[in-house]
Amino acid sequence: MFMGYSLGELGSIFAMQAFAGLILFSVFVLMALGLAIIFGQMGVINMAHGEFMILGAYMTYMTSHIFQTYIPGAYPVYFFVAMAVAFIVSGAAGLATEWLLIRHLYARPLDTLLATWGLSLIMQQAFRSIFGAREVGVELPQWMMGALPVTDVIEVQINGLFVMGLTLIITGAVALLLYRSRWGLQVRAVVANRTMSGAAGIDTRRVDRLTFGLGCGIAGIAGSAFTMIGSTGPTAGQLYIVDTFLVVVFGGAQSLLGTIFSAFTISQSQSTLEFFLTGSMAKVLTLLLVIGLLMLRPQGLFVLKVRR
Amino acid sequence: MWNPTNKKLDLELVGFALIALLILVVLPLSVDAFRLNLVGKYLTYAFVAVGLVLCWGYTGILSLGQGVFFGLGGYCMAMFLKLEASSVANTKIQSTPGIPDFMDWNQLTELPFFWVPFKSLPFALFAVIAVPAIAAFILSFAMFKRRVGGVYFAIITQAVAAVLTILIIGRQGYTGGINGITDLRTLLGWDIRTDGAKYILYFVCCVLLLGSMFLARFVLSSKLGRLLVAIRDKEDRVRFSGYSVGDFKIFIFCLASAIAAVGGAMFSLQVGFMSPSFVGIVPSIEMVIFCAVGGRHSLVGAVIGTLIVNWAKTSFSETFPELWLFAMGGLFIAVVLAFPRGLAGLFTDQILPLIKRVGMRTGALPKPAPAE
Amino acid sequence: MSFDQKRPTGPSLSRRQLLAGTAALSAAALVSPHALAQAFPTAKVNTTGLAVTDTEVTVGILHSVTGTMAISETGSVQAEKLAISQINEAGGVLGRKIKFIQEDGGSDWPTFAEKAKKLLVQDKCASVMGCWTSASRKAVLPVFEQYNGMLYYPTFYEGLEQSKNVIYTGQEATQQIIAGLDWVTKEKGAKTFYLLGSDYIWPRTSNKIARKHIENHLKTKVVGEEYFPLGHTQFNSVINKIKLTKPDVIYAIIVGGSNVAFYKQLKAAGIDLSQQTLLTISVTEDEIDGIGGENIAGAFACMKYFQSLKNPNNEKFVAAFHKMWGDKTVIGDVTQAAYLGPWLWKLTVEKAGSFDIDKIAAASPGVEFTGAPEGYVKIHENHHLWSKTRVGRARTDGQYDLIYETANLVEPDPFPKGYQ
Repeated sequence: MFMGYSLGELGSIFAMQAFAGLILFSVFVLMALGLAIIFGQMGVINMAHGEFMILGAYMTYMTSHIFQTYIPGAYPVYFFVAMAVAFIVSGAAGLATEWLLIRHLYARPLDTLLATWGLSLIMQQAFRSIFGAREVGVELPQWMMGALPVTDVIEVQINGLFVMGLTLIITGAVALLLYRSRWGLQVRAVVANRTMSGAAGIDTRRVDRLTFGLGCGIAGIAGSAFTMIGSTGPTAGQLYIVDTFLVVVFGGAQSLLGTIFSAFTISQSQSTLEFFLTGSMAKVLTLLLVIGLLMLRPQGLFVLKVRR
Repeated sequence: MWNPTNKKLDLELVGFALIALLILVVLPLSVDAFRLNLVGKYLTYAFVAVGLVLCWGYTGILSLGQGVFFGLGGYCMAMFLKLEASSVANTKIQSTPGIPDFMDWNQLTELPFFWVPFKSLPFALFAVIAVPAIAAFILSFAMFKRRVGGVYFAIITQAVAAVLTILIIGRQGYTGGINGITDLRTLLGWDIRTDGAKYILYFVCCVLLLGSMFLARFVLSSKLGRLLVAIRDKEDRVRFSGYSVGDFKIFIFCLASAIAAVGGAMFSLQVGFMSPSFVGIVPSIEMVIFCAVGGRHSLVGAVIGTLIVNWAKTSFSETFPELWLFAMGGLFIAVVLAFPRGLAGLFTDQILPLIKRVGMRTGALPKPAPAE
Repeated sequence: MSFDQKRPTGPSLSRRQLLAGTAALSAAALVSPHALAQAFPTAKVNTTGLAVTDTEVTVGILHSVTGTMAISETGSVQAEKLAISQINEAGGVLGRKIKFIQEDGGSDWPTFAEKAKKLLVQDKCASVMGCWTSASRKAVLPVFEQYNGMLYYPTFYEGLEQSKNVIYTGQEATQQIIAGLDWVTKEKGAKTFYLLGSDYIWPRTSNKIARKHIENHLKTKVVGEEYFPLGHTQFNSVINKIKLTKPDVIYAIIVGGSNVAFYKQLKAAGIDLSQQTLLTISVTEDEIDGIGGENIAGAFACMKYFQSLKNPNNEKFVAAFHKMWGDKTVIGDVTQAAYLGPWLWKLTVEKAGSFDIDKIAAASPGVEFTGAPEGYVKIHENHHLWSKTRVGRARTDGQYDLIYETANLVEPDPFPKGYQ
């Protein structure tokens, strides 16, 4: 396939391809971050994670409508407001879910899997009843569309840059929270030894609830950002779940670094394979690769030694 | 939990008898051929539920990819039936007569090598059990020998389901793609589409299901069964006692998969087609919920749960298609939160003591299994 | 159409029948439904035990209203309900009001088969309007053949099928592909094509036909062909490949949610559809709703119907549709094809003078519907429709401008020689 192209062209294409891989990497990190926090902290896999993302996407859709109708002048910056709204609404929904559902099931991680799956069905149908079965189109302000030409062939996608920047900020914020705040200290204590932390006076219940809320809130932001690159419909959340779970499980629980590293591995292999093979085969090979690697490292790439 | 040494009144056997009565006598006499065929379809899912009682309820292995094995069994059967339906006489209009129609549409000019053995019924029947069992063995061997378990295993089974679905859909010339293998007509010249044939297949399905239940009961009431429970409740201690935990988990997972595969084969026969929509993640999780609703620790409960959920799904979605998902989601949550032991648990925990208080019977009652 | 096959039933029908085509809505007022029903006693028009009474006839609607396909199938359900209510206002079919039973296929093929069987066996529906994906049609086809039902199937599809028990009101693949490729070659001087598709039977078969036509008839080149799993959301790698190969035409058959991701990412990658020719056969006005008009403006679509078509039939249809389902609802190609189903069935029943499936199947070829929003359609011997192929160009407001249409109706050819 490289016949008849000049070296310059090939170089440009590889640069573009690397950039595409980086965008995919950012997308994966953004998707997986919320889930990883929750999984690391509580050992709970939230099957409704995709639906929390779509909740954020719908909030973006609504915010854009409100801005268009009432304050068209501020439309170019609506997206930032929308992300805040998405964070608050998804986060609040997460807190409610934890209070109503998850906290009763901490002793039974496999059962949370099922209960949150039930929740995801309910949320899907709720979206369908409220917003209609059809997909909604989220309009973007003009400045966020298009690409910045660097050379003739190389063009940098603005929304790609935006997603990368967002991922950087959010990952940084989460890292700061985890390693520099009092709450983060408590989280790490609970992860290391739940019983001892409780004995030391940490309100583990409260830590759990906040963690779950934060994880869902981040999912909301991710969903909001994904309106730039994907579709918003009642069942769109399902498109992301398998990838997201694999990133988290592959990265290993209890490790932010693991999640980032695994997102990098999966996104790079998928993006590279996609270039040389067709989309379907690339997907199959990537999934098989991850399953294979998980056999070598059953607890994921980065394992934190904890007492269980 | 149910105590195999209790000879006074074996509740489980009573349950088996009631199920046999229900599916072999009551239903065939009370519903028409169309509804009975539906029940037959539900019963094929019950095979999966029985398998899940073995591997999830008793051994603690939650698989969210049982649809893979159901599907593999169904595909093996469907391949045989499709080849029979694609005789040269039936496929005259194709550019290559004698091969399945979807292959012809995809420019295949001869039967792919892995289809050839499926011309023989004995081989196909053997493959129905063997192919899923081997697939389950490879997966579980790799996972359990490396001590991957719990949530990790559940997610990996999901990924396997995703891989297989993409493969089946992507290789449509060899597999029929997203349409699946459709228009199955005869089994050794016997038309399986007539009402008479459907009745016979229904009874075959019932007998096989009861057989699987007895097989599962046999395994669970043996010493092996008690070991499985021990693995579920404290895997490390069993390992420290010198047992090879991995081997037992592999065995029970393969058994559960083979039972699911029999269900898949019966599905192909009764419904007349097989499609990748059974292999995916959603149906696999739905099958888990059938089992959970009935009671994951009870073979009888799992079968009853499957029948009830499916019946509710059919009647609900006929009247309120939009409410159905709310009901289904609510059911998941309610079962997990309030009745982790499902209907069977409700029966043994609530109804039986009540009966006992009324003085219907005396003697030791089964103790509830500890919650996980 | 042939009138001499008709039963001797008095002049009212033939007049009615002639008028039905030209002004379907007003024609029925000429004959009172009651009198018409009496002219066709139930015992005569229904010899096979269908759900037909002296005043009512039951039909089925079988689409997904839940699950992933609900996105696409909602429009078809709306169109079919509109057609049924219009037919009822105009006096019904042979003087009988249409009553419909709606079932949900749940985006799940086995459920489609189960519900189809229920509609035929239990409800004895005189006809069924339904199905959307090829997979759902393949799942119900044996059921319709076994229990002798009649299915009106609205979607453009891959062809390679023909059944006594199905009327295909959408285009089979060649009707949608060949004229479009000829047009883009002639108008745009296209020499190289990049074929894209979602990974299942319709895009694969369609691309196969496109490739044969491109290579054997147009003598031009296919520079790439790619498939993605349904629901795929990352297209940056293939967009890079497109940039590398610089095809004259991107030929895209991507469906569902993937569409949204594809066009958004194409735009973000700086591929300007006003410069780069993109021809699609899978994006109707319905899909643009989700994609966003600004992301796809400039793309060409090859369909048989666009909401913006200017003809009296279509203006009436769009107005009625908006009145029933709201002004914001858009109407795509398949929605219009779904609207044809009940009307064609009504016309066929009246031509046959009977609800019996065998008579309808035999009477179908030659049935004409001049009130069709797309203009004029006619049923072919192979149970597909003669219809025009049209090329439209997407505007930012989510509508298409008609750019080109074939001069004549294109003959349906579900088993095209030389393309298999």
